[in-house]
Amino acid sequence: MSEIPTELRYAASHEWARLEDDGTVTVGISDHAQDALGDVVYVEHPEVGQQVAAQQEAGVVESVKAASDIYAPITGTVVAVNETLEDTPELVNQDPYGDGWFFRIEPDNASDLAELLDSEAYAEVCEADAH
Amino acid sequence: MTKQTALYSEHVAAGGKMVDFAGWQMPLNYGSQIAEHNAVRQGVGIFDVSHMTVVDIGGSGAREFLRRLVANDVDKLGAAGNALYGALLNETGGVVDDLIVYRRDVGYRCVVNASTRDKVLAWFSDHAEADVAVSERDLAMIAIQGPGAIAMASAVLDMADLADLEAFSAREVGASMIARTGYTGEDGVEVILPGTDAVTLWRALIAAGAQPAGLGARDTLRLEAGLNLYGQDMDETTTPLISNMTWTVALDPRERDFIGRAALEAQQAAGIDSRLTGLVLEEKGVVRHDQRVITDQGEGIITSGIFSPTLGYSIALARVPKQAKGACQVDVRGKLKRARLVRPPFVRNGQRVHK
Repeated sequence: MSEIPTELRYAASHEWARLEDDGTVTVGISDHAQDALGDVVYVEHPEVGQQVAAQQEAGVVESVKAASDIYAPITGTVVAVNETLEDTPELVNQDPYGDGWFFRIEPDNASDLAELLDSEAYAEVCEADAH
Repeated sequence: MTKQTALYSEHVAAGGKMVDFAGWQMPLNYGSQIAEHNAVRQGVGIFDVSHMTVVDIGGSGAREFLRRLVANDVDKLGAAGNALYGALLNETGGVVDDLIVYRRDVGYRCVVNASTRDKVLAWFSDHAEADVAVSERDLAMIAIQGPGAIAMASAVLDMADLADLEAFSAREVGASMIARTGYTGEDGVEVILPGTDAVTLWRALIAAGAQPAGLGARDTLRLEAGLNLYGQDMDETTTPLISNMTWTVALDPRERDFIGRAALEAQQAAGIDSRLTGLVLEEKGVVRHDQRVITDQGEGIITSGIFSPTLGYSIALARVPKQAKGACQVDVRGKLKRARLVRPPFVRNGQRVHK
């Protein structure tokens, strides 16, 4: 069973989102997603300053198995990307909710976060995935 | 209903992520594909390859049967225990399957792919006359691969002289066949044996320190070693001559009339316009099967692409215009990335081949 922290919000496409104290939203992929992908070997980030829209492509994660699009869980502007993934993409597998984060968004409306899934609803998505 | 090998319970107990592969429940990995890959390059990895199809060919017509069906010539097998790699071709020269043929004391043993089992058994029975006996064998198969493989296998199998077994040759001990073959670019053996014995051997190898490795690592290892995968790098629409398999086609002696020969000779006469070769991506990212290759001689296609754990960048096999050389580009999901054509393999005995 994969880990699904209750304090985070989730997209059905397996990204997580965390509201930080400064109002930005950190985005990564879930433990379930990294496990399904297998060893991550390359992450392609959006540009800092790029506008991203909820449910639109904002990057790519390549694993030993396949390439998968990363979708922005929330509309806003990219303010930071996790450059350490360039040389150590395995952090996505090792610490998906911590050092393996992907990018940070300044949201147009922080209240949009409430539209994402909570951990319980996301657990059901993962459960359905398994069948 | 998917089939399980004799080692299925071992894989599940070891945390294997089981996937359907050609109708078999097989381990994709046991946690980390890259760790399994590295274990084979640096130590010893073991693979359950029991899904492969083992077919024994017997009868007084066995030799002539294989000389007609296999593009390589089984007459090169001078003695029992010798093996060769080759292809079954159709009349248009397309590859029906690739296989290893072992000569035995009596008759031959073929190991063909799992994904082609039904097709190849039908192909064999369609071409077998009354003097040829084709019998599929229900046997398990374990590949022991890596720089430490021979020492470990020698101890575990209690075969002190295993190191003397030459590459691409095999020895039979009781119901087991031990062959110095593999699909990783490392030294090692493949052991074909009854399922009950397979469980015992598997456990003994793990106790001796071998790392179980799944299908994922098997794919990255074989691609680094420049070895083709049937259905991806070649199939019924491609001949060996454009699949980096010309060396497996024995056109001499001229009088041997194997299936596909006329088509290959016609292709040679008409001029060969493409070839399968290696490709190294010179930017970050991963090239994948079916992506477009752009060269100054025209376009080609990636047949297999991976991230190479040994090299730390993406490599591929690609079918490109025959004259294409050196710098090229790959269309990776809409972005043109710099790449370079190189001669496979990419890794030999754990070492990088190209600077």
